[in-house]
Amino acid sequence: MTIGDIRDLLSARVLAGEDLMGLEIRSACGSDLMSDVLMFVKDQTVLLTGLVNPQVVRTAEMLDVSCIVFARGKRPPGDIIAMAVERGIALLATDETLYVACGLLYKGGLPGSPKRGEQ
Amino acid sequence: MNRDMPGQCPPHGARPPEPSDNALRETHRVDAGDFSTAGEASASIRRALRRMGINPDVIRRVSIASYEVEINLVIHSFGGTMEMALDGDWLTIISRDTGPGIEDVSLAMTEGWSTATEEVREKGFGAGMGLPNVKRNTDYFDIVSQSGVGTTMRMGFKIQ
Repeated sequence: MTIGDIRDLLSARVLAGEDLMGLEIRSACGSDLMSDVLMFVKDQTVLLTGLVNPQVVRTAEMLDVSCIVFARGKRPPGDIIAMAVERGIALLATDETLYVACGLLYKGGLPGSPKRGEQ
Repeated sequence: MNRDMPGQCPPHGARPPEPSDNALRETHRVDAGDFSTAGEASASIRRALRRMGINPDVIRRVSIASYEVEINLVIHSFGGTMEMALDGDWLTIISRDTGPGIEDVSLAMTEGWSTATEEVREKGFGAGMGLPNVKRNTDYFDIVSQSGVGTTMRMGFKIQ
């Protein structure tokens, strides 16, 4: 699934990384807890979250996460968008709740990050 | 639990050799409580390793461990430094802070155990998974802490 497919499935707005829509994504992780994201996420993963702060982008950077989806209609301020642009990370915003957004991607064929012990 | 020596716990892995005078080094200051810059030291280390063409899987492990430690310094310490040294087959990162220290290191290494405030948790951290995740991503890890004095952590990564 590409970032463009994710945008379409979630009826999301692209806030950063319009040029990254063709990038392939292999798994997804939905969490507001960056501590957990740091435990589970592999590369080529999309991170779905309702948390809006600079640490979300920094955490994504450390994990080579190339796409972040902000759920529940959250809109990050300009400085967070600028951070993502600088780091080559696509930002999407959807009005869906985190649960529904994850469900739509799963239904669309995108698996979750590996469970513990499977990594 | 290591009740006899609460300020440390058994090291993980075989300790790498001390970096020589020829090692490539970077030192970063990490300020207490400053979430606006939290992660910049780790991002700089990450960029340096990319420039040197280090294996991406190693860079990933270094990034995760170093970022976890940096967030820990921001949340829990009075401020400190992170020193990276790349020498031969080993990358070493040493973090040193000036307190307040960890009363019981074995407890701090237990998944889910945390003393983080509600404010830190609202930022998405402080779940008590940081130090166990550091250990998981390093080839060598040790931690020595003295309550009221500070904490030193040494992380080693085989780069070949």
